Formats: sequence, C-alpha cells, structure tokens
Amino acid sequence: MLELTPNEYKERKALRINPAKTCQPVGAMYAALGIYECMPHSHGSQGCCSYHRTFLTRHFKDPVMATTSSFTEGSSVFGGGSNLKTAVKNIFEIYKPRVIAVHTTCLSETIGDDIPTIIGQLENVPEGKYVIHTNTPSYVGSHITGYSNMVKSMVKYFSKNTGVSNGKICVIPGFVNPGDMREIKRILKQMGVPFIMFPDTSGVLDSPMTGKFEMYPKGGATVEEMQDAGNSSCVLGLGETAVSAAARLLGKQCKIKEHILGLPIGIEATDDFILKLTEITGKPVPEEIEEERGQLVDIMIDAHPYYDKKTAAIYGDPDTVLGLAEFCFSLGMIPKFLITGTPDPSFEIKGKELFDKFGAKDGFVKHSADLFELHQRLKSDKVDLLIGGTHGKQIARAENIPFLRMGFPILDRYVHPYMPMVGYRGAMRILELLLNVLMDKREADAADEDFELVM
Amino acid sequence: MSLNKDGVLTEREGFIKYGSCGGDMKCGGESLAGAVSQRACVYCGARVVLNPISDAYHIVHGPIGCASYTWDIRGSLSSGSDLYRNSFSTDLSEKEVIFGGIKKLTAAVDEICANYSPKLIFIYSTCIVGVIGDDVESVCRYAESKYNTRVINVKSPGFSGAKMQGYKAACDALMKLMEGSAPSGAAGKAGGGVSVNILGDFNLAGEIWIISNYLKEIGVEVISKFTGDSKYEEIIKAPKAALNIVQCAGSMTYLAKTMEDVFGVPYIKVSFFGVDDVCASLLRIAQFFNNDEILKKAKALILRMSPKTKAELDKYIPLLRGRKAAIYVGGGFKAISLINQFKELGMKTVLAGTQTGKKEDYEIISSLVDSDAVVLDDANPSELEKFMIQKGADILVGGVKERPLAYKLGVAFCDHNHERKYALAGFEGAVNFAKEISESLNSPVWKFLRQ
Ligand code: SF4
Ligand code: SF4
Repeated sequence: MLELTPNEYKERKALRINPAKTCQPVGAMYAALGIYECMPHSHGSQGCCSYHRTFLTRHFKDPVMATTSSFTEGSSVFGGGSNLKTAVKNIFEIYKPRVIAVHTTCLSETIGDDIPTIIGQLENVPEGKYVIHTNTPSYVGSHITGYSNMVKSMVKYFSKNTGVSNGKICVIPGFVNPGDMREIKRILKQMGVPFIMFPDTSGVLDSPMTGKFEMYPKGGATVEEMQDAGNSSCVLGLGETAVSAAARLLGKQCKIKEHILGLPIGIEATDDFILKLTEITGKPVPEEIEEERGQLVDIMIDAHPYYDKKTAAIYGDPDTVLGLAEFCFSLGMIPKFLITGTPDPSFEIKGKELFDKFGAKDGFVKHSADLFELHQRLKSDKVDLLIGGTHGKQIARAENIPFLRMGFPILDRYVHPYMPMVGYRGAMRILELLLNVLMDKREADAADEDFELVM
Repeated sequence: MSLNKDGVLTEREGFIKYGSCGGDMKCGGESLAGAVSQRACVYCGARVVLNPISDAYHIVHGPIGCASYTWDIRGSLSSGSDLYRNSFSTDLSEKEVIFGGIKKLTAAVDEICANYSPKLIFIYSTCIVGVIGDDVESVCRYAESKYNTRVINVKSPGFSGAKMQGYKAACDALMKLMEGSAPSGAAGKAGGGVSVNILGDFNLAGEIWIISNYLKEIGVEVISKFTGDSKYEEIIKAPKAALNIVQCAGSMTYLAKTMEDVFGVPYIKVSFFGVDDVCASLLRIAQFFNNDEILKKAKALILRMSPKTKAELDKYIPLLRGRKAAIYVGGGFKAISLINQFKELGMKTVLAGTQTGKKEDYEIISSLVDSDAVVLDDANPSELEKFMIQKGADILVGGVKERPLAYKLGVAFCDHNHERKYALAGFEGAVNFAKEISESLNSPVWKFLRQ
C-alpha cells in the first residue's frame, strides 16, 4: 500500500500529491443546496458539474441536482454569456426552481465571463424568482472558499434590514453535514432561542425515503428567511474559515452585531457556543442541555484510560480539524499533526495557539498541505490514531494506524451525513467512534491471554 | 425549450425512442445548456481509460478539482504497482493561470524524475490548460530527452466534447506510447503466434483475471491488456500480438482500428457478460486462430462451465421472472449484453439508455427490446425518473449518479460501473450478476417503504 511514499520528508514545490482539499464549486454547490427550492448552476463545461454532483453524492448518498451551462469549444473562445442566458431560461421553464444559484468554474473564470452583467441582462426571470451568483475559481482556495463565497452571495443578494427587528438571531453554520445543521437547530430550540439559519441542508441531503423523488426536498432556508436575516438582532457565524466572511458581510450590510466562533465540536467549543447564546439572548441554559453536558463528562471520565495520552494526526477542512484537535486535547490526547489542504494561513496561527494552550511543544500544523506529506511525516513519527475523511484510509492501512472517519468527504461509509459531530451529543458520538477504533485495534493486537471480556 | 406530452424537453425528443417503432435515433449530441446532464467530460473519459495503467505517473495539469475527483475512483485492481492509486497534479493557482503553467508543470515532472525513476508519465491537459495555451508537448519533449522516460501528453480539455472524445484522446496517447517504444519485429497474424491483447477491460473487481484465465486455459497467450492491470513493459509489446479482442467497444474500437492500420493487428469484438456471450466470444477467438487444439480446449471449457453456470442461473429465475429492468450505462455494447442477460433470467428490459452509444448500438438495442420499451441517449435524471415510473421498472442498472435516484424511487439497483463490488464478467460473473440483482430486488428493506 502506497509504496511510493518515501520514509523521510522531501520538500516539493510544484507537484501536488494526494490533496486534502477539492475545488471551490463543490462547496458552492453544497451551500446552494441549503436553500429551499434552489437549483445550483455550474457555469462551465458539463464535466465539472458532473464531477461535483458525483462527489457530493458519494459523500451524502443522496441524489444531487445541479445544472450546467454545457460549454463547448465555441463558448471557451467567445465566452459563455449566451450559454448562461439559455440555461437560465431553460431551468426556470423545466425545473421550476425558486432560486438559481450560479457558480463559476475555472474555465468561465479564465475566459473572464462577467456574471453580474449577464445576470443583469436576463429578460425572463419570472416574478418572485431569483438568480444569484458567486465567483468560484478553483485555482484560488478550496471547496471551503467556495462554500464561503456562496454563503456570502446569499447575504449579498437577499438580506436586508427593513428597520423592524424580528427578535431572532441569525446562525450561519460552517461546512458541516446536514446532521450537524439539524443538531444546531435542536440546540437553539432547546434554548428557546428564535433563529434563522442558512444555509441549511438538513431535509435536503438527509431527506427521508418516501418512494418519490423530489427535485426540491422539504429542507433548506427560504428566500424570505434569508431576506429577513437582515432584521435579526445579531448574526452568529460558526466556523471561522468557512463563514466568518458571510457573517461579517451580514453585519456590515444590515448593521447588526456579528459574533464568530469556531465550529462547536467537543466540550469546550460547545461550552463556548452555549455561553455565547446565553450572553446574546440572556436566556438561561436549560436543564436538558446541562444534562447532556453531564452525560458527556461522565463518558469522558469512564473511558479515559483508553484514550489518555494517545497521539493523533488530524487532516481535513480548517474549522473541522481545529475543532477535533481541541476536543482531542480536552480528552488528554495529543494531536501531533494538523493538516489542511485549504490555503489558509490563519489555520496555522490557530493551530499554534491550540498547541500553546495545551502545552504541546512539538505539534505540527500546516495549511496548503497534502496527504502525501502527512504520510511521509507519519513514517518517522508514528501516531496512535488518524482522523479525517476517506482519503486517509490507505495511509492508515499502510502504517497500521487506527482510523477514525470524520469530516469531508467520507466516501466509503454510511449514516455519517445524518449524525452530528457538533454539540454535546455530537461529542458523545465522536467519542464513541473514537473509542471503538482504538479499542478494536487494542483487541485485534492483543495476545490471547490479554484478551479481556470486560473493558 | 418546452415540454412535450411525456414531459420531455422538445429539444430532446430526437434522443428518445420507443422500441422498434420510429425513425433514427439522434445520439452523441452536446448536452443542452441548463440541463441536469449526466454526461462527463473529455478528460474524464481519457482518465478512466488510462488510469488503470498501474505503474504510470498520471499527472493532471490543471486546477485541483479535476485531479481530486478522479483520485482512485475506479475499482481497477492491480497485481503489481499501486502507483496509479496516488493523485498527482499541478494544482494550478491564480499566478499560473495568468502567467502560464509551463514552469510549474516542468518543475512537477522534474520533482518526479529527481526522486523516482519513472518509466512512463501521462500529462493530462484539462480545459483550463487549453485556454491558457500551455505548450505541454514541449515539456514532454524536454523531459523525454532529459530523463530517458516516456512522457505523453493526453489532450483532454473537457469542453471539446464528451467522454467519447476522451476515449479517443486516451487511445491516441496509447498509440503514441506504442509507436515510440515498441520493440521491432513481426507483428499481427503473421508473427504473433497464438496471442491476443484484451482491449476495453479495466479489471474492475478482478474481471480481467477471470478472462485471462480462460484464455490461458484454451492456450491463448495474453500479451497486453488495455488497460486493466496493465504495465508499461506489457503495453509496449502489444503490437506483437496476433489479435485484439475488444470488450468495451465504446472506449476501445478506435484503438483497435488504429492498431490494425498501423501495426496490422486485426480485431474482433467480444463480450464476456452473460453465459451466451462468454461462450460465443471464446469460440470466436478460437476460430480466429483456426487451430483445432484451441478450438477443442475452448469447447471443453464451455462444456465444463456453461451447463453448471446455467443451472446456477436457473435457480434465480423463479426469484426474478417477470421483473422489469431499466438500464442506463456508458456504452451501447454493455447495454446490449445486459438486455440479453436479463432475458436469460426471465426479465424484461423496459428502458435502455447509454451515455456514449452509437447509431448501430441503438439499432440493435431497439431490435432486442419490446416495442413499448424506451430507448434513451444521454438521459437526464428527470427523464430517467419519468420513464422508470411510467414503465414500472423494478431495478435499475447504472452508475454512481443513478444509484441514489433509483433508491429514492424505491427501485432496486445494480452498479455495473466503476463501483461494482463483484466481478460481473465471465461465467462466475454471470452468477454474481444474477445474485446481485436478486438480492437487491428481493431485499426485505423495500417492504418498509410506505406507499
Ligand atoms: S476545472 Fe476547476 S471547477 Fe472544474 S473540476 Fe477542475 S478544478 Fe473544479
Ligand atoms: S475543467 Fe474541463 S477537464 Fe476539468 S472536469 Fe471540468 S470539464 Fe473536465
């Protein structure tokens, strides 16, 4: 397995091997799916759109609808304006969405199609329907940048402060599964906090089986909600890399206060999230939430001999990796390697802050990195646990390291899109999965006489 | 654009046909702007064909996405190197898009050559490379002369067509490889002895091993495989084979034709899907060599395997009889094999569609299905949905994008594409196929669906 990987680290400048990121449009498409009755539209060649849909389907195991401008050789020379106009007309006629969310691709960006101008020239947008857009050149950033950009566009196109406060808070979740979005909403409801949340892919990409195929499943934020978001008392962005830009824009555009936190992964970040909610709304922490936190602590204490001081390498999207790393530290584990493929210098700053906070002296954190590099480093500095998306499974096998699948993408397992990793319940789930892989490994390696019934 | 009585875009009418009635079928057109097309791009076609070459460095010259979506997605198994399971790319950034990507590409090739000793490097040029105008050929020439390795440009900008053109780009790359590296000496029927190349099998779930074993058993040597479980050293010897047998005709007929023209290696089309097709193909190969010994062995193999396979299959007929199948696959030839296989199992094909089928394929398909069956070229999800419901399909055979759609409709599913988990070729494969179909169709999970 992965015979190519040399034992020692060698610097590479030009060649990318085994990336820990993918391209912007996937993130933009995912965000757009968090709008009710929205058709994501990929302005470029059909191939990109086909890949992006397939990629999301492989992770969510649900159909992903999106349209394409179907560029030809001609459009790559003369520009894709007419393709986009035809596409918009066709989409409204045939698929009847409320919103078309256009994102670009490398190709249309390189040609230099001016999307706002083209949108401005559209003649047949039906009454009460919308075409929004965002620029997502993949030679900049990653899928996280694409998500950030599309969420920003939702704010830009829709949110207005009409001067009448709605008494709600606006929550913008980072790049997480529908199961997480559901959990965030559950916590807000438990707290009795009136809210607007967008994007919201719950009910879209974790929709129930009904025997019918719905082009637009029930979930997603409505246009009215996104408009009304501007009347919120404040906005809370969860995930600094993925949504701080959108939260700041909403704050600025609608003159409301903005708060930005990391993803509420693990006990400390969830504490911060709950505290923030009480601070913003003045509401007390309800007993159910105290109870959940207590359960989590109970589990942490019960099981700590099995994970204490275990070392880990974590890779994936910046907000997710930092959240998981902090939780590992809280457990007494030692995250040694934090890697993201997303270009994001602040990831390294925050990673170092975490290492400092928990007194980890030789932690390694790097953005714009890839899994090939991580593998090389792990060869000389082995860890007890590897955490990340599916693409690490070969490393785990090659180095015989227990492997916890978390984050995006997970292409080789089921159920994950439905389940949370955020909140106290999410932390319990992470802990259960984490203990399972560590303890399964311990048992698999145990000699017969050390193979215990009770652990 | 508007809808007809079946709720189909009128522009798409020519791409849909009902069984044996109606005139010619339009196929191979561009997807419409604004359609939810299932179509992949040129690069995708080229990549899936070449990627199984296990000891090559496959460098995607382009931005990261094009590389990441094709990273180790084909279940092509390798008996040797696992190099092809890594993802190499130039991960172009804004700077290179503005000033050109040649420097980075050259540096990437240098990095590979400095640290490893590659025999073969493919450089895939994606859409953006076509637009920024990088001279990839010059990098290939530079690297070939500097490092004594083969470096081949696969010209595959996605916008220049669909998957089909990508197959062609891949075949061109393979020709270039063989022409530049092949050892000299007699080739084709004259000098090749009793040997073949297998074209159009990608060793999904180890299928090429099944077929190679049959060939070995009947005394036919396999020189090279395109491209399942193949290696550089093997491929360059391919022009020495006496015969090319072409399995996935959609992707490889072009290569077969070119190899015939250039190297004088004749080809025949074969299919190893379904018992009848396997038997017929083995006999055709044996007959080609006009050699009694081989024919005897082929007949013996068939006699040994066919009756017992059929007996195995018969067990599934009571579980499957009368059930309705929908087919949506890449190539026309595969669709034809599937229709026949469903027939053998007592099932009826009510919908047959392909992404890259040709006019000839659709003619055969139309002649095999009932007159009320629907035949589709490059279907979009709404068409698939509409016709699966209208025709009451019980199971869909397709690829990764179709699976969730089928499930959402409460329709069973079999992956006959990259993600197949069991070998579906050969005698063993025919049984696996029946088993898989039956398991999905008869799973208890469907019972819980509230109608
Ligand atoms: S061209 Fe750009 S947008 Fe399209 S798949 Fe490649 S990286 Fe993604
Ligand atoms: S950019 Fe071109 S080559 Fe890359 S995925 Fe898109 S269509 Fe295919």
